[in-house]
This record gives sequence, C-alpha cells and structure tokens, in this order.
Amino acid sequence: MTAQALEQRDFAVVIGLEVHVQLETATKIFCGCSTDAADDEQPNTRTCPTCLGLPGALPVLNEGAVEAAVKVGKALDADIPEQTRFHRKNYYYPDLPKNFQITQYDAPICQDGTLEFSVEGETREVDIRRAHLEEDPGSIKHVRDGTGNLDSRTVAIDRADYTLVDYNRAGTPLMEIVTQPDFRSPSEVRSFLNKLEEVLEYLGIFDSTRDGSLRIDANLSLVPADEIRDDGSISEEVLEAANRTEVKNISSHKGAEKALTYEASRQRNLVQRGKTVEQETRHFNEAHGSTVSMRTKEEEKDYRYFREADLPPLQVAGWKETIDIPELPDARRERFREEYGLDAESASKLTSTKEVADFYEQVAETFDPDLAATWVADNLLGELNYRDMAIEDIDGRLDEFARLVELVAEDEITTKNAEEVVLRRMLDDEMAPDDVIDEEGLGKADDDAVGTAVEEAIEENPDAVEDYHSGEGGALNFLVGQVMQKTGGSADPGSVNGMLREKLDE
Amino acid sequence: MSADLNIFVTEETLDSDADGPLSGKTVAVKDNISTEGLRTTCGSAMLDDYVPPYDATVVERLKNAGATIVGKANMDEFGMGSTTETSAFGATKNPVDPERVPGGSSGGSAAAVAAGEADLALGTDTGGSVRNPAAFCGVVGIKPTYGLVSRYGLVAYANSLEQIGPFAPTVEEAAELLDVIAGPDANDATTHDEGADSDYASAADGDVDGLTIGVPTELVEGADDRVVETFEAALSDLEAQGAETTEVSLESVGHAVQAYYVIAMSEASSNLARFDGVRYGKSGGYDGNWNESFARAREEGFGAEVKRRVLLGTYALSAGYHDKYYKKAQDARAWVAQDFDAAFEEVDVLASPTMPVLPPKLGESLDDPLQLYLTDANTVPVNLANLPAISVPAGEAEGLPVGLQLIGPKFGEETIVRAASAVEN
Amino acid sequence: MSDTSVDADEVRHVATLARVDLDDDEVEEFTAQFADILTYFDALDEVPEVDTETELVNVMRPDEVHEGLSQEEALSNAAESEDGFFKGPKVS
Repeated sequence: MTAQALEQRDFAVVIGLEVHVQLETATKIFCGCSTDAADDEQPNTRTCPTCLGLPGALPVLNEGAVEAAVKVGKALDADIPEQTRFHRKNYYYPDLPKNFQITQYDAPICQDGTLEFSVEGETREVDIRRAHLEEDPGSIKHVRDGTGNLDSRTVAIDRADYTLVDYNRAGTPLMEIVTQPDFRSPSEVRSFLNKLEEVLEYLGIFDSTRDGSLRIDANLSLVPADEIRDDGSISEEVLEAANRTEVKNISSHKGAEKALTYEASRQRNLVQRGKTVEQETRHFNEAHGSTVSMRTKEEEKDYRYFREADLPPLQVAGWKETIDIPELPDARRERFREEYGLDAESASKLTSTKEVADFYEQVAETFDPDLAATWVADNLLGELNYRDMAIEDIDGRLDEFARLVELVAEDEITTKNAEEVVLRRMLDDEMAPDDVIDEEGLGKADDDAVGTAVEEAIEENPDAVEDYHSGEGGALNFLVGQVMQKTGGSADPGSVNGMLREKLDE
Repeated sequence: MSADLNIFVTEETLDSDADGPLSGKTVAVKDNISTEGLRTTCGSAMLDDYVPPYDATVVERLKNAGATIVGKANMDEFGMGSTTETSAFGATKNPVDPERVPGGSSGGSAAAVAAGEADLALGTDTGGSVRNPAAFCGVVGIKPTYGLVSRYGLVAYANSLEQIGPFAPTVEEAAELLDVIAGPDANDATTHDEGADSDYASAADGDVDGLTIGVPTELVEGADDRVVETFEAALSDLEAQGAETTEVSLESVGHAVQAYYVIAMSEASSNLARFDGVRYGKSGGYDGNWNESFARAREEGFGAEVKRRVLLGTYALSAGYHDKYYKKAQDARAWVAQDFDAAFEEVDVLASPTMPVLPPKLGESLDDPLQLYLTDANTVPVNLANLPAISVPAGEAEGLPVGLQLIGPKFGEETIVRAASAVEN
Repeated sequence: MSDTSVDADEVRHVATLARVDLDDDEVEEFTAQFADILTYFDALDEVPEVDTETELVNVMRPDEVHEGLSQEEALSNAAESEDGFFKGPKVS
C-alpha cells in the first residue's frame, strides 16, 4: 500500500446537492409568457414587462407551478407547511432582470423529504432538507470584441469583453431541491440524480431532453474517515469544520460524477501535500473535466433576504390531499412483478418511463401480459433503441403498435414476419401494420391453403417421406421448407411442422 | 404658465376615443406611472429617455373612461422627497406662491390642478406624497387603502406602502376619479375586490350629522400655531354641522417616522436595484466588470437623496443589522396598525392637520435630510397601517393653504369622502 | 443609548453592496448624515414585538399563455443591443 493510498484512505468525501429543476408548466412562474422554446427561437422574443424586469411591472404567481411543487413534495414524502411565502434574494448579475431573484427563504413549500435510490445493487436513502420554488434568470453569452460573426466570438467566461443577454428563459419556474450532505461518493450522486429525474418525469412536470432543465450545484468536502459514525452520519461540528467548495455549472448526471470525481481528487492532493483546501466557489468546465476557481474576488454573499410584498403568502397544505400523483416508478415496478408475473429485468425495462409503462399496461390488459412484455420490452424498445428513438417519438401511433400485437395474438401473421418485417417498416416508413401486411402479402395463409400445401409436399417428395420414416430428422425440415415455399412464406412454420407429422404418422 | 412653474417633465396630449365618466376631462399623470409610448422619467436622470412599451393599469382605465392625458407631472426623484426639489428636472413651484415648494413627491400633479393646467391629476402616496402636496397647493388629494388601486405600471419605490391616488379641485371630483381607477387587477396580486363597482362620488354629500371624529393629540402637538388654528377652525365648522370631536391618543405614532423610513428605504434599495443600464436607463459602459459598470451607471443616474436612501436601505437589510432595523420596523408597523384599529372602535374617522408646517420656501429644506423626514410625521402612520386618508383644504393662514387630513378604517373611503365634503361646505 | 457609529469604511462597504460609486466628498457627507439618521432609527429598539395578520392569501393566476412584448419592444430602451441580445458588461 503506497503512502498515497494510505493518505487517501484517511479521508472520506462528503457531498451535498442543490438541484435546480425546470418545471414543465405552460407559462412562466410570475407571468403569462410561454415556457415553450422553439428550436430556432430568437433572443428576447418571449418576454413581457414582468419577466424583463421593466420598471412598474409586478409578479403574479402561476397556479400550475404551485401544483407541480406540491406533486414533488408528495413524491418525496415531504411536509408542506401551513403557510409558505416568497422572499427576495438580492444580488447583481446581468442575467437577473430585477437584480433580485424571487425565491423562498425561511418558509419553503416542501421540507424534510427523502428519496430512495439504488447504487451498485444497494439501496440508499438520502434526506431532502427542502425544496422550494423560484424563478430562473436569463441566459448569458460571453463574447469577445471583434469583427467576426457572433458564434466565432463567443468564448469562455474568463475571456470575454462583454456579455450578451437573452431573457427568454427568465421567469421559467424552477424548483430547487436541496439534499443533506448524505452522499459519500460521486457515483452515488449520479445514481441519485438518475432516480430523481425518473420520479420527476413520472410526475409529468419535468423533461430531461430539454436543454438546461437540470442544473446542479454540489458542495464537496473531505472529512476524516474516523469521524464518520457507525450509522454513516457525521456530526454538525465536523461538517462545519471541514472546508467545502461549491461546484457550479453542472448540467447532467455524468457531468456531476465527473466534476465531483475531479474535485475530490483535487482536494485529496492538496491535503496530501499539507495544503489547506480553500472554501470557495468553483466552475465546472465540462470540456476539460475540471473545476476552476472563479477568478472574480468572491463577493461577500449578503443577499439581504426580505419578504416579497408583491406576492401574498400561500396556504396550500391541504393540496397534498387533493392533488393526485401517478403511481411512482418503484411502486409500479413492484406491482408489475406481482400482477403480471414479470421478472426484475423486464419490470425495470417496462417502467423505464411512464409512457412505456402506460403503453405496456394498455397492451397487457387487452392481450396476454407475457406476450405484451416480449413485444414491448424486447421487440419494440429494442428496435427503438437501435434507431436511437424513444417511445415519445411514436407518441401518436401507439394504437398502431397495439394493433400489431393484436395481429400476432390473433395469429393473423407469424411472429417472425411481425418482428422482422412489419415492426421495422412501421418504424422506418411510418406505415400502419395492416398496410405493411397488404403490401408485403404477409397475411397468414388460411388453414385450407396450408393443408393443401402439406398434402402436395408429401405427394411430390416421396424420397423425403421415406427418409423421414427411416428416422432422418433433416427430412422433416426439408418438407417444411417445401410447404413454406408453396405458401410464399406466409404459413407458420411451427404449425406446418405439426401438420406434416400428423399426416406422415397416420 | 406651467413652464414657469415647471409642472410637467413631458407635455404631450393623448386624446381618448372612448366615451366615459371622464370624457372632456384633462388629467396630468405623475411621471412614475408608466404611459405607453410616452417618456416616463420618475424625475430621474437615470430614466431621462425611458419610454415604456406598456401602460399602467390606471392609465388604461383613464383612457377607457374617455380622459385626455395632458402630460407627465414633475416629482421628487423616484418619489423620494417631500418638496419636489429632488427632481433631476428642477423643482416645481407652488402656484399659490411661486417662491414656495408645492410639496412632494407628487408636487407637479398637485400644482397642475391648482394652476388649472389640468382638471384632474394622478399622484402616488408612499408616506404622504399625495396628501402633502394637496395640502400645500390647496387642492384635494386621496391616498386609497392599500390594495384598492392597482400598482401595475407604477415604478416601485416602497411596494408595501404605496398607492396611486387622485387630485382634484373638489372632493366629489377626486372621488369620481378614484371610482375610475379603483378595483381589482389580475396584474397586481395585492389588489382587493373592494373597489370593483365603487361609487365614492355619491358619498360626497356633506352629511356628517352624528359622525364621530377622533383627534390624535400626538399629531397636533408640535405643529405650527397657524396651522393648528386653521385646523381647529375647520373642526368647529364640522361640529356645527353635527359631527362630534374627541381627543384620542395613538402612542405608537412616535415611532412611525423611523419605522416608515427603515421600511421604505429597505424596499427602495431592492426596487431600484434593477437600474443598471443594461435593459433601460443610463448605461455604465463596458470598461471593467459588471460591478464596476453598474456602480458607474448608478452614480451618474441617481441624485443624492436617492443614493442616501438606497445606501441606508441596503444597510438596514444587511447581515448583522436586519433584525435591529428592518425587523423592528415591521414590529412598529404592526403596532401602529393595532393602535389605529383600537381607535376606530371608538370613532368613525380620525382628523389631523395634513402637514405640521406651512409650505416652506424653495431651497430651505435641503440642508438637513433628517429634518425633512420629520415633516412626514402626520402622514406616514397612515401608510404603515395601510389605511385610506384624504387631504382637503381647510382654509388659509397668511395666504398659504392649510390641509385637513381625515383618516378612515380599511376600505372606508366612503366615510372619509363624506367627512371631507363637509369640510368644503 | 446606542452603539450606532458608522464610519467611512462602512459607508464604502454598503456602497459596494448597493453598486453605487461614491466620490470622497459623498462618502464624507453620507458618513455624517448616516450617524444622525441611524441614531434616530435606534428608537425602534423600544418597539414591542407584535404579530402581523396576513390578509390576502393564495392569489394565483391560471397557467395560461398571454401575449407579451415583441423583440423590438423588449429592446426599445436598451443602451446597446446586438443581434437581438441586450449588451451587458463582462462578468469576470
């Protein structure tokens, strides 16, 4: 064991997260501007006096944002207090239209929740200290002076001459979810974030494919390993004593793991060399996989919080009872295993998103759960994955896929054709299953036609028949092939096999 | 005439196509109320070329009622002042005596009505800024109950204290204008349903028989003798019309000025933070980083009184001082509200001189900011308690106007309109 | 009796927090004035603790889209803009 490894063993990593999640409401949190950003959206085309911070404008709270927050509270098993209210957090930055952010301070809408997740096969539980509502700032580009086009002059934050600001995003509802410093490794953080996203998507209030929908600030400190109690907890004093860095600008799970792995080893290196870790904020550079100190002198963070008098308080504790949330992923997985007799792997695949789970249940209720499982989990998801698609991409056509399963269940086409021809053409050419069948002539041959073909095959191939009777296994396959040829491949090989045997054994 | 008195920052006529209760009437609008397409400066160099792309709700209501807007009235910068002398566009002169101040911060609005430059005017009242100039210019001014009138479009100074209020030559006309602008607004979450379909104008019937009027001793002692004399004469007149006066005590008002200023300055420091030169207003350029640029813009754009209040407000909210100043001020506010509630269990309205002094000469008040704050003593308690109040001309002393203030319980606009109309008789 | 003394350094510190440049004359003037004003504010120490009642609660609007400003309107008062963006100072 090297000295380095020994040194590394003496310290444990302690991580806490502040996760900012954009809520999928139709409008912004304090005004009626849409939250829907078109792909080619021009800057500053989705604003109004309120989200632009014009003099005289006022905020009015979006009911949809409050509903979403209550759903999150319910899903995290958090308390929703009798009264909750908004505060102003005062600081200056070009992306803040008012140079204060309306947020929640000492009376957040959710408190004391938990979230269970699994990491490397083990179940862990993390305490959610609080979750609150706040508004998103605008977005900034850092730009260099010069004559080239804008893209060519867009640079990193520390190389800019000025900023360009777009307030389209300003006012988007955010929920900030704060955990206790319960994480002990970067990979735990990644698993937690995966689980959190899954739950939020299930609630229908979050879209992971949306740019910027998830932003993470992480706090990391090193704590002497022997200060960790048997139950894994750490005392307040020890936590306070450790110098902690805040890492900002993380926008994905992978990014979080990368940033924290880098930061943990950076801190370890310092400690190893006898240096102190400075308590500071660092910026994650995704391209380099490193964290850099924010060069500006760290302004004393005095946010001068005080109540936002333009927004009356909320008394929505009762909403926890009246607002419904869908069955959450873990519970659904359990139920799928019990109700449909699925194994763990299938249950997992089939609950990977709420849409997949909903589709599966629809199909399973109508047809056989096992058949449905094979079709949805293996075939459909498999073909979608291969084409880099997701179930959302075939959103409006789920009834066509249900029809495909029906056709197989009712024996109208062979499984082979269904899998290899119809499904693929449905995805590649966007055709309906019945249309594919007509075009390719895949309708299953009717029984009479098959019966005739069987008889003909036997008549026309006396040598093969003799071989069969003398015990040559290959003869039967040959005959099956003959029948398949006669029926243009539309007979079901399994039943042809059976019919031949019947006739031959008579 | 108005140019001599410096009543308007921007003079421009906006006719309305609509037909309504204000058809044929001209209105001056204080320059901190947003008017679409018409420069809105708040009396500040910071906004000297700011043109709002939207109308304040009250402006929409004026237009829908058929009013003709004749200009944006001069004011103390961002509403911070009591004499209109902190305006970056020069002081407004009092039409009654042009060597004196018209009061503030809505000095231009009051002067417009007093000088006949407009039939009516809109001002704003955070700590007395409608009532003070109404008293000094000899016109009627109303500060509505907090939440009666929409603040959407009013450039915020102290958002938990301020209201937009009407000026007019008579109580009935002021009440008529109030009827037009009052009522809930979906764009302002602090508005109440009271005021929808109001008819305050009809309450101006002068009938005060049996009305009980409380006079808080704290708001009369210490006032100029000439003011007190005129005030008491007006009270006697009311008694002759059947009202009953009685002395009351409001112990808490001794702390009202401090509480008011701490709250107002704290809120101002946050409400004015948005003026950094990026989206509107004076730019600080691109030398150095954003902290330097913003600080430069604000140094150039803000006058001394605004800077003073923004700094003091920042101080009062800052770590280490928040509990001592801001939190204590909120306690004082609740205490004042409680005091008024108790008083209104005994009497229908409260009466006091609006201002403890006669209108000072121009230039007299600027040396000592603290002295100036103290002249707000009679008006600020009303804003702290979120109550309605009206200032109605009570007479003259040495040729100068004296205003009588009537304070009512929450949403008691009808009562104070009625009482004030009797003062006019 | 108060311990309210605010010195020039504190005034400068607050000016930084408030993003307002002050020249030396202003610092001096404000330091003197602030001492008086803050001493006056000390009277608040005597105020009893009182509970405020909240009146309006649960004021919300439905999650429905309303038309806003055009890009032109939004940028109409900007000192400088580029390609539809507001131009601001750098942040590093």
